Amino acid sequence: MYVPLLSICIWLPIAGAIAVLLLGSGQRAELARRVALGVSVATFVVAIHLYIGFYPEYVGMHFVERLPWIGAFNAFYALGVDGISMPLILLTAFLTPLVIIAGWEVIKTRPAQYFAAFLLLEGLMIGVFAALDALLFYVFWEAMLVPMFIIIGVWGGERRVYATVKFFLYTFLGSVFMLVALIYLYQQSGSYSIQTFHELPLGMNEQVLIFLAFLIAFAVKVPMWPVHTWLPDAHVEAPTGGSVILAAVLLKMGGYGFIRFSLPITPDASQSLAWLMIGLSLVAIVYIAFVALVQKDMKKLIAYSSIAHMGFVTLGFFVIFATIANTQDEAGAMLALQGGMVQMISHGLISGALFLCVGVMYDRLHSREISAYGGVANTMPKFAAFVVLFALANAGLPGTSGFVGEFFVILGSFHASFWLAFTAATILVFGAAYTLWMVKRVIFGEVGNDGVAALEDVGRREFFVLGTLAVSVLVLGVWPDPLVEAMDETLRQLLVHVMQSKL
Amino acid sequence: MIEYSPAAAEIFLATAICVVLLVDVFLRDEQRMITYWLSLVALLGTAACTGLFFADQTVITFYGSFVADSAAGVLKLVAYLAVALVFVYSRDYLAARNLFKGEFFILGLFGLLGIMVMISAHSLLTMYLGLELLSLALYALVAFNRESATAAESAMKYFVLGAIASGTLLYGISLLYGVTGTLEITELAERLSEPDGMDITALVGLAFIVVGVAFKFGAVPFHMWVPDVYQGAPTPVTLFIGSAPKIAAFALAWRVLVEGLGDAHSSWQGMLIVLSILSLAIGNVVAIAQTNLKRMLAYSTISHVGFILMGFIAGTDDALSAALFYTVSYVIMAAAAFGMILLLSREGFEAEQLEDFKGLNARSPWFAFVMLMIMFSMAGVPPFIGFYAKLLVLGGLIEAGLLWLAILGVILAVVGAFYYLRVVWYMYFADPVDEAPIVAPGSMRVVISVNGLGLLALGVFPGFLLDLCVRVL
Repeated sequence: MYVPLLSICIWLPIAGAIAVLLLGSGQRAELARRVALGVSVATFVVAIHLYIGFYPEYVGMHFVERLPWIGAFNAFYALGVDGISMPLILLTAFLTPLVIIAGWEVIKTRPAQYFAAFLLLEGLMIGVFAALDALLFYVFWEAMLVPMFIIIGVWGGERRVYATVKFFLYTFLGSVFMLVALIYLYQQSGSYSIQTFHELPLGMNEQVLIFLAFLIAFAVKVPMWPVHTWLPDAHVEAPTGGSVILAAVLLKMGGYGFIRFSLPITPDASQSLAWLMIGLSLVAIVYIAFVALVQKDMKKLIAYSSIAHMGFVTLGFFVIFATIANTQDEAGAMLALQGGMVQMISHGLISGALFLCVGVMYDRLHSREISAYGGVANTMPKFAAFVVLFALANAGLPGTSGFVGEFFVILGSFHASFWLAFTAATILVFGAAYTLWMVKRVIFGEVGNDGVAALEDVGRREFFVLGTLAVSVLVLGVWPDPLVEAMDETLRQLLVHVMQSKL
Repeated sequence: MIEYSPAAAEIFLATAICVVLLVDVFLRDEQRMITYWLSLVALLGTAACTGLFFADQTVITFYGSFVADSAAGVLKLVAYLAVALVFVYSRDYLAARNLFKGEFFILGLFGLLGIMVMISAHSLLTMYLGLELLSLALYALVAFNRESATAAESAMKYFVLGAIASGTLLYGISLLYGVTGTLEITELAERLSEPDGMDITALVGLAFIVVGVAFKFGAVPFHMWVPDVYQGAPTPVTLFIGSAPKIAAFALAWRVLVEGLGDAHSSWQGMLIVLSILSLAIGNVVAIAQTNLKRMLAYSTISHVGFILMGFIAGTDDALSAALFYTVSYVIMAAAAFGMILLLSREGFEAEQLEDFKGLNARSPWFAFVMLMIMFSMAGVPPFIGFYAKLLVLGGLIEAGLLWLAILGVILAVVGAFYYLRVVWYMYFADPVDEAPIVAPGSMRVVISVNGLGLLALGVFPGFLLDLCVRVL
């Protein structure tokens, strides 16, 4: 029997959001929570079938759905996944239930709207990764801003309005340039199909302009230096769940955009502007790491660390040209691409987990300042173990997923240039420095104050959420093969495509 | 032999207005609902006439001064819908303020008749006739609340500036008549397409006509009346001015500039580019500084007009369809936005300050959501209809090689997004200032909900409306 798995993954959470809003009005928050959790778990179960039914050796789109949508534009409701998008959908579907559990008792104001917003967001995010039609992609991409705007603005911290408006306008400004580029591509090719865009021959000037338009959109989303300033604000002010989704999934959309749009549509421009991308990535990796070092606010520190880690993703994607030019061999470039992809998934898990850890502390002491804590390990031993694990993963400790991605990217960069790899590898030092220094000040040492002394260790709910993430970080660190194999063939195909000039 | 059937809707409406007028005279104040229902029935009958006599092919009648084509049919149907929404949204607002009088509906219907005549005008004189019928009805409507000094002031301002604009338009028409010896639009186009047809006198006439069009649209720098009239007029009248007459303005620009003066496209393109950029820039930037929602929406209208003009600037068939689509979707959005002000207003209270929307989510999550849809649609965020309107216009510009204008347009659209977002943040992130429950009647709640959901439904499935706009032009 034919089951439209992707449509279910998109529309089930959206329908669930409507149901939660209708059911959860008034005082029936408990019902809203349960329905929201049920729907998100069901979505995850459906998403697992995407993995089960995925044949890595089959090149091309899996689970394709294609229905006419807007005749006048020749736009289709076209969905499908390959080795790039499938893991990202799985990540999204995996994190949403955890976010809902994490917000279970914490969210007191309008809980039904909170959970509905996350379900809506989940459906739209999966839509972004599954869309094969550029117009459909853009609709999901922009529509997603609406629930996120509400989430930060309603349940955020003190400066939430500033942060959420900044977030919205930054992303909106970036996206409209992409829209102009997409319209241009549509007029050249006569359709909005992304695969048609991939095959479309384009001159160098066109490619450069399109590449720059995409760059603005995706660089804001990743975010790359110097358009990253919305991220620390948004992260600091967002509620814990919002920060988790923001760091874990929303940022990945920038990376996804580069690998789905920029590289295959404008390969020659990507090649000639790779120096710019590598430069910006290195600035993000090194400079932002220094910035992270001096942060006093834990959420801000993790936000800056996210920017630095996402720098690895963009580095991995764009170093491939130099690697191939240097070695005449695909192996190094493949490593870099795989590294970038693994890094996206792994960073999604680790940064999400770290934000949840901050959330656990914030729920108890209502402060995100590092100086407000100290010696948490004395009162919260179980929690301290989790924090240390995630911190080490963030620093790239072998055996955790954080190591795999960064190691691949550095290895790939090594084929391009020693100094490039050397500079990138400094993050392993700085990453360890700022993360572990924070852990030292927050978790270890003498009990800092009475507040810390009165802390209670994580409850069952929190233990479950953090434990699940800890297991996945470790499993992916020790045995990344299932992930790497799923994306291997798609990336190889992509590499072949990117290396063919369109001129 | 004159063919009357293409004008069946106009004839029916004119007759119906006379009937309503006569009936209204014999009604006591408490029976005024009869006028209301009769007006709606008149609209329904007019729509039926338009449907029955829908012209698939272009028919020109009344010695070349009246045209019926499919585009006119569609534009008129949208105008009926807009006026019907105005009547439904206004009823209880007017009743609560002792303004529930037959004149409102009769003037509204006369205005509609003017719009219909403009839509079907095939001669510059018919166009002018329709324009004056519409304008006079609007001047009177703005001054409709006799006790309000601001309304009287707005009406005066509107009248004086409107008269100047009409004069300008008429002067332009007379110059063109002097050059070509005809007022009929097709003949005009033929004469002007001859070599040397477009001489300096014709160009001067064209410039005056563009000024007249810009005034009726409310494009910068002929926009000064818009904020004052929008703010000063009673909200139902603002709703009226903000919706249906935009269709008339589109018809004016389309019939005169494109059909009549299409060969002079390169001459008026530059003028419209200036108008469009100024409208977008001033409309969007000044709207940010507003605290009154009606005034903010006035500036927002100005910026939307900038986008509609972009469709004319590009000038291709696709771009004109885009302008039509933009106009139609703007009318639906504007009706909903002003409808929300009416919904939240109650006896002795006008919900026209931005502050009045603070904390709406706590008072009524559903209507806060409806307003959210309206605001995001106006900002051009998918999946709402406003997005496709912008998408189409941008597509037209890019196709015509005006990439720079498209980029300027999107940047200014992002600037504009800020003040729409502010309404959303007031509704969702702020605590309520006004705790009173919403008193609007059931019918209005239902209609405005449908209106708001329509923005979403048309945004998810824009195909039908899009095909329609592409087919009729």
